[in-house]
Amino acid sequence: MEDTQENKPQSAEVIAAKAAWQIIREKFGDAVSELDENAFMPFFEVLKTERWREIALFMRDDARLRFNYMACLSGVDYPEEEKLGIVCNLESLGEHGHKIAVKVKCCRDKGIIPSVMKVWKTADWHEREAFDMYGMRFGGHDDLRRILCPEDWEGYPLRKDYQVQETYHGIKVPD
Amino acid sequence: MQELGKAEYSSVRVTPQGENRVIIEKDISSEEMILNMGPQHPSTHGVLRLECKTDGEVVIEAEPYLGYLHRCFEKHAEMVDYPGIVPFVDRMDYLASMNNDFAFCIAVEKLLDIEIPRRVEFIRVIVSEFNRIASHLVAIGTYAIDLGAFTPFLFCFRDREHILNLLEWASGARMLYNYILIGGVAHDFPQGFKQRASEFVKYFRPKAVELQRLLTENEIFVKRTKGVGMMPADVAVNYGWSGPMLRGSGVEWDLRRDDPYSIYPELDFKVCVPDGKFSDIGDSLSRHVVRALEMEESLKIIEQCLEMMPEEEGFDPRAAIPKRIRPKAGEVYGRAENPRGELGFYIQSDGKSTKPLRCKARSSCFVNLSAMKELSRGQLIPDLVAIIGSIDIVLGEVDR
Repeated sequence: MEDTQENKPQSAEVIAAKAAWQIIREKFGDAVSELDENAFMPFFEVLKTERWREIALFMRDDARLRFNYMACLSGVDYPEEEKLGIVCNLESLGEHGHKIAVKVKCCRDKGIIPSVMKVWKTADWHEREAFDMYGMRFGGHDDLRRILCPEDWEGYPLRKDYQVQETYHGIKVPD
Repeated sequence: MQELGKAEYSSVRVTPQGENRVIIEKDISSEEMILNMGPQHPSTHGVLRLECKTDGEVVIEAEPYLGYLHRCFEKHAEMVDYPGIVPFVDRMDYLASMNNDFAFCIAVEKLLDIEIPRRVEFIRVIVSEFNRIASHLVAIGTYAIDLGAFTPFLFCFRDREHILNLLEWASGARMLYNYILIGGVAHDFPQGFKQRASEFVKYFRPKAVELQRLLTENEIFVKRTKGVGMMPADVAVNYGWSGPMLRGSGVEWDLRRDDPYSIYPELDFKVCVPDGKFSDIGDSLSRHVVRALEMEESLKIIEQCLEMMPEEEGFDPRAAIPKRIRPKAGEVYGRAENPRGELGFYIQSDGKSTKPLRCKARSSCFVNLSAMKELSRGQLIPDLVAIIGSIDIVLGEVDR
């Protein structure tokens, strides 16, 4: 099964993602990692977290890239690496049509990821949601509050080591 | 209500002639007032609270507060195996369950890398296009009732009931189907379904035109919606809008055509965008018009599918369902065009477990609603209702 997967010719999607990645790599050098050329979702990682906003702006505005549409931003927990992170699915809508995913990671304890809410407005609520569920901070976000959970909820529910609080306003929280 | 603005009584003056006259001065000012709309307001279509900062009749800013219907979908998804997630996915956007299931199954199937029988693909497209019409009917009907038109609401719900009957006949449930499964569908179509489906298409076509004439061309309706809640195309893309909302701003983008899945590439249909003659491109009316036009396109798709669908004796729609669903390690972002826009699932699998490591739902309404603050700026309070209605939110999907 795995062999057939590897022998398959690369799809047009992966080739386009690779071309886009090369442009980013040229500009930012070792701030970005190698491209993971899997067939499902080609992605690269931003190794220097503090440069993420700069990279994002370049990806949006460069005429060869034009990633003008952020489809999704998901928070992720990596307990074995002691890290939290986000995965952004970006796309050039109506222009080049290519897609790529970007991963940005930060330290698990009080980690900060630069906010891209000014680059893609989609990121505004999605970053709030990631903060709500995982507790990483987004530096430069104007309005970083919880969005789905109540404001006085304790803990970050989607972390793998999350313990439910016992009572909430005097009401027992069911297991 | 927090506090009423202090009225400027100084404007009542005694004129030199000795008579009391009200002189309205130019520098009269009123104070800002905070007005809560929802969570129980009928036109918020569920439990959404808008905190409106108003100045007289003008909304300075409306800040949405969500989470009243948060049911921890993502946490739940990490605790059950893949087939067990499907029933919850149904309950996210409860007006378009088929489309939700479709999107989720596409994402998991992409990760599993399995082949789906051709007849199953047709069944899926037919039921999800039926569900799209039903969902648009609710959107249009409730939008009309928000703006004070009662009759179109009844027309819409009458026709929607026919669709729900058809889907119930196929799946066994009226609204929450759990019909599209990973790798197949739950049952084949019952005997005679094709005929009833094509009868419905014949029946509904003139009804859609009638609805168009009753509502879309209604002068009062047009006056309430035209030019209200304008959204330029580039800002809409930057906000991540999708579906009828994005097309209402004049961007021709439809995942069924532009990121094709299933058998959509073989079908002939049009991506509807407003032409600008009837509405101002990007206003609430445009978004309504797109939904109204899309119903006809869905009918076209259903007609083609009914004709092209391969007939197989003793067909088993569950044949391709894997015995145990355990995808290889990897991650995927799968998406589909649901009636409200792009519904995507980001799924991460560790390759060992039958449960996903991470399952994030990218909800179309959640993203569309995030532009509410910008849309409402400087609008009148009654127009706020027209704007929320045109976004067509389902709070089950916003809060997940």
